[in-house]
Amino acid sequence: MKKVIMGNHALSYGAMLSRAQVIAAYPITPQTQVVELLSEMCADGTLNAKFIKVESEHSAMAACLGASLAGARTFTATSAQGLALMHEMLHWASGGRMPVVMGNINRAMAPGWSIWADQNDSLSERDTGWIQFYCSSNQEVLDTVIQAFKVSEKLMIPSMIILDAFALSHTYEVVEIPEQARVDQFLPPFNPPWRLTPADPHAFGGLTSPDHYMELRYKLQKDMEKVPALVEETGKEYEKLFGRYLGQVEEYLCADAELVFVTSGTAGYTARVAVDELRQKGIKAGNLRIKLFRPFPFEKVRAILSRVPKVAVLDRNISYGHHGIFYQEVKSALYGQPSSPLVFGFIAGLGGRDITRDSFQEIAEYTLSKNRAEEEIVWIGVKK
Amino acid sequence: MSKERKMTLTIPREEYMSPGHLACQGCGASLAMRLALKGLGQKTIVCIPACCWAVIDGPFPHSSLDIPIYHCAFETAASSASGVRAGLDMVGDTETTVLAWAGDGGTFDIGLQALSGAAERNDDIIYTCYDNEAYMNTGIQRSSATPIGAWTTTTPVKHYKKERKKDIIGIMAAHGIPYIATASVAYPEDMVKKFKKAREIKGTRFIHVFAPCPAGWKSRPEDTVKLARLAVQTGYFPLYEIEDGEKWTLNLKVKERKPIAEYLKLQGRFRHLKEEEIALIQQEVDARWARILKHCGL
Repeated sequence: MKKVIMGNHALSYGAMLSRAQVIAAYPITPQTQVVELLSEMCADGTLNAKFIKVESEHSAMAACLGASLAGARTFTATSAQGLALMHEMLHWASGGRMPVVMGNINRAMAPGWSIWADQNDSLSERDTGWIQFYCSSNQEVLDTVIQAFKVSEKLMIPSMIILDAFALSHTYEVVEIPEQARVDQFLPPFNPPWRLTPADPHAFGGLTSPDHYMELRYKLQKDMEKVPALVEETGKEYEKLFGRYLGQVEEYLCADAELVFVTSGTAGYTARVAVDELRQKGIKAGNLRIKLFRPFPFEKVRAILSRVPKVAVLDRNISYGHHGIFYQEVKSALYGQPSSPLVFGFIAGLGGRDITRDSFQEIAEYTLSKNRAEEEIVWIGVKK
Repeated sequence: MSKERKMTLTIPREEYMSPGHLACQGCGASLAMRLALKGLGQKTIVCIPACCWAVIDGPFPHSSLDIPIYHCAFETAASSASGVRAGLDMVGDTETTVLAWAGDGGTFDIGLQALSGAAERNDDIIYTCYDNEAYMNTGIQRSSATPIGAWTTTTPVKHYKKERKKDIIGIMAAHGIPYIATASVAYPEDMVKKFKKAREIKGTRFIHVFAPCPAGWKSRPEDTVKLARLAVQTGYFPLYEIEDGEKWTLNLKVKERKPIAEYLKLQGRFRHLKEEEIALIQQEVDARWARILKHCGL
């Protein structure tokens, strides 16, 4: 069935079709419609789940974790300040190996108050041990939720599904809503290898001495390293049933490109249009959109970018005192490779400023006209 | 000849707590857990945030309890328990009791928001605060449960605590939850009875357990039960219940309350207090006692 829905509702439908059993959430603009629709679904019985209307995002994640450890499939959604408030519990989720799936609407961090898109909220949680998917269409949001549950529950690692404020969260698009029976075929009920039950009492998360702690973290990293292959495998299985492939990255006309944009989120969508325009002008441009950011898709990025002369990384975020975060990550992936492209770093669109086709024209002109970046960070559209 | 009286043991023999735990000598909190679980039974899951009990239970891979434990974040005893309850319900276990077990820091201070949230939603959990009146696990820093006059490492003798203990029962009563009780490790029958009673009630239940701490109170380990008893007999920590936020019942009617000085003098944390300061504390205890009697219609 096809429906015209907003990005936020794509998250809600994804959670519904995944048969989330416990949802605990707190409202924040621009996430509210995710939880509004889910509470309606819980109230009218469309979704058989407990919705805990908590008093903060910190409690939202805490409640999700308790429910997950009790053996229930759990979902929540938040944004920006809410995600930051959850920070402690994000470590708890991955460290405790509780496969919660969460939607995060990328919104700029205050102050000054902003409700508009920027990635500094989710990228500040880069090192919390969560799998991170960045989406560029409502269809991708819905498909990613369902696949994230499968990947997360197989490895017992939580997943964050990320979409830009307004540019995606409030944009209506045609979305194919899969049939429940087929989703059930793809995603079996959650059956964790351990749980809280008096029938088999264990203590979870107790005091852990230096003799044991490091091994727990080693195991988390080892399982994180399994994610890229599992995302591919799960993606193929999903494609067989639903005809759409998710994967780690989206490669657009990179094979013969002299310049490849590296993008994420909705900017990746705009970039494809810009690539078409540049190609009409005779410039061989391409776009590599990163969907899976954590763990970082090293192999894919290396394979695609090592054959390209110039790479322009677009960041809708900044690590103050360093560079854009995707720029750091791409350079880190390419360092020491036998053949590496020239990599330029651009920052645009902070706090919801539009990233347009013109932004990419400007980036292309800069990158193609220079043999190296004259500045560590090239700012696009900033009033200096 | 007076009528023959039979003594019956009302405390279950079953033990859900093993020796080998890491509590200090004379720890009121460990005695509290032992008694609470006798009342609740094995079909219980406990959420323990950062507090002495996060250590007492024993380090990974050991545990001194025969029930499942979720060691949760400091401020999340209530929200974690709400989540566990919802999760259990969804996987078909509606029988198991979910217990949140936090210290006074995790209850009066950092966990108060989550506790208020759970109570307002009337989530089906038993929340127990074992109150040793300071941050004992981190080395005796003042909490909002520390009584007026007390020394702690952050309220040194020259600047001992000048603020009153937060009225946590008043706060919880204002939520109108179905069951609130105070309990003391010096009155095990009363305490076990209250946990048994709480187990049979649906909704948020709050039990405030008075748990002396020899290390933090600078008292003798062998005085723990004596101090807990004196706290009740002086009227400092009365034993009572509140049902549905309205019905107050005094469980132990102390006819002649002992002077608070008897309780204070056994603890090094009050050693610096002068007579007039003790008199002020006595006034405060009297006023609170009168308020509680009034609530109980006595």
